[in-house]
Amino acid sequence: MEFLVASAIGILTAGGLYLVLRLRTFPVIMGVSLLTYAVNVFLFASGRLTVGAPPILSDAARYTDPLPQALVLTAIVISFGMTAVIVMISLGAYLGADDDHVDDPKPQSDTANQPGDAQ
Amino acid sequence: MTHWIILPIVLPAFLAAFIILAANYHIGIQRVISVAGGLGLVAVGAGLSWQASDGTVTLYQLGDWAAPFGIVLVGDRLSTLMVLLTAVLALFVLLYAIGSGWDNRGRHFHALFQFQMMGIMGAFLTGDLFNLFVFFEVLLIASYGLMIHTGGTVRLRAGVQYVLFNLLGSTLFLFALGAIYAETGTLNMADLAQRVQLIDPTGTVGIRVAAVLLLMVFAIKAAVVPLHFWLPSSYAEAPAPVAALFAIMTKVGAYAIIRVYTLIFPPDLDVTAGLHGWWLMPAALASLAIGMLGVLAARQLDRLVAFSVIGSMGMVMVSIALFTPAGMTAALYYIVHSTLAAGALFLISDLVRTGRADLELTAQPPIAGGALTAAMFFVAAIAMAGLPPLSGFVGKLLILKASFDSGAVVWVWAVILISSLISMVGLARAGSVVFWKAHSVARDEDEPLPLAPNALSYVAVAGLLTLLVGHTVFAGPITDYTAAISNQLFAPDRYVSTVLETPGKLADPKGEGH
Repeated sequence: MEFLVASAIGILTAGGLYLVLRLRTFPVIMGVSLLTYAVNVFLFASGRLTVGAPPILSDAARYTDPLPQALVLTAIVISFGMTAVIVMISLGAYLGADDDHVDDPKPQSDTANQPGDAQ
Repeated sequence: MTHWIILPIVLPAFLAAFIILAANYHIGIQRVISVAGGLGLVAVGAGLSWQASDGTVTLYQLGDWAAPFGIVLVGDRLSTLMVLLTAVLALFVLLYAIGSGWDNRGRHFHALFQFQMMGIMGAFLTGDLFNLFVFFEVLLIASYGLMIHTGGTVRLRAGVQYVLFNLLGSTLFLFALGAIYAETGTLNMADLAQRVQLIDPTGTVGIRVAAVLLLMVFAIKAAVVPLHFWLPSSYAEAPAPVAALFAIMTKVGAYAIIRVYTLIFPPDLDVTAGLHGWWLMPAALASLAIGMLGVLAARQLDRLVAFSVIGSMGMVMVSIALFTPAGMTAALYYIVHSTLAAGALFLISDLVRTGRADLELTAQPPIAGGALTAAMFFVAAIAMAGLPPLSGFVGKLLILKASFDSGAVVWVWAVILISSLISMVGLARAGSVVFWKAHSVARDEDEPLPLAPNALSYVAVAGLLTLLVGHTVFAGPITDYTAAISNQLFAPDRYVSTVLETPGKLADPKGEGH
């Protein structure tokens, strides 16, 4: 199980990173979502993987750590909200500029001056 | 247990909700509430600083749960100083936003502003790493809204970059937190300070990864090169009062580095040895150099100010990376200076914008109220470039002196002195093009004369500049105080014992959880 979870986190992170390095907003947002999935699973696994144990101290000999579950819950809510915000903002930018690149456009005055580093 | 310490978080939260629910369509009421809240925050911040000034560490247990299990707020000298600094900056920024009418050009400015204050205050006061993440998110999500306030395509595009970069930063933060929790089983800072010391020296891979990840996350917030790429566009395109408020946001990153790397991973800890000297110091020197080069190379006034923010953060980081009490003393003095100077410069660049087609550094007809604006730019530029007689010079001297005993003294002195010269040239060029050459350009006859900025705008900028002067005049007492802060930072026993040994409800000293 450790191998499965670890490779899932790894593949999600690798895919996410690849997509984040694209230039258009849609793949970048998909990449960010994949990364947040990866980090959620990672947080969940940080309390050690235990199967079929209650998340509370009781008579049972084994228990699973409840704190990472609370952390994951918070992280899911926050990343969900943030993804909604970025979708709205990038939609606004796309509809305004008719262009969904995430990098800066070339300044208009580049023909006259030396290209500076004010990108 | 006194409840004052939670007020900087709760007060803006309630005000923001009240503004949205009750005063959504009444800009006058919103302004009154917002300024009253700002004044209240300054008063509370001053009170908390006074309380912490004798070295008291104030602890607030949320829900009365004892420390490693419950979340705590901690007010020591450093966090209360940052709270006071934020409150003061925010008050003047708010006055400027009202004076210039920025707050009325889009919806929800005051509500978002208050939420932003809540996040920043919380980040300074919390004693728990995960809670720090949550407050980072609160301040970020409010800043997303403020950043694209009044909209416009260019601003939205810059906003997309800003949000994406910070989302990635948040993801990294979570990875770091997961790694720390997996290694130590706690996220309370004081508890971590003890447990990291106990880690078996043969199995430190996890905690070292976590320490480096955390440093990267905070370096993103503090815009340390090479993680600074988000800053110039977003600060330049954000509305000026928002950019001025953002001057404190890079300091949140600096604060987090100071807190985590003095308390949890102190410089004498074997696990993270070399992290400061070998990684942070070169990055800091690079930020200083690149920031000041950007000041010289920038073609718009707002980008110039944004690069000067990167440069001054580099200066702060150089001083922090020394990780000596003297370095920390200088860094804290410089943090106060650079926050006020950057805030003032962003506001002044907005004063310049009134009556000009754009902020390109080209000669254009004189702006309205040019003489006064030029004088203010002159004062703020002197402060930012670190020329005598203002506080930038004092701070730079302190940093140079603090670095004298370190191994990197040649590099530090060379980079600081050369970059100061470069930034001086850059600021002087900008000032002369914008204010002096303007008189050689005639205005079109049919073009209407621009309106001079509102008096309240000038009052806000003048207030910030007066604080800079005060920061210079009282440099002696202030450095004494920052020295007291750094003593407290490098002797965290009182912090740790206050947090961990105060009993809460169901107190059971032997109740080890994990």
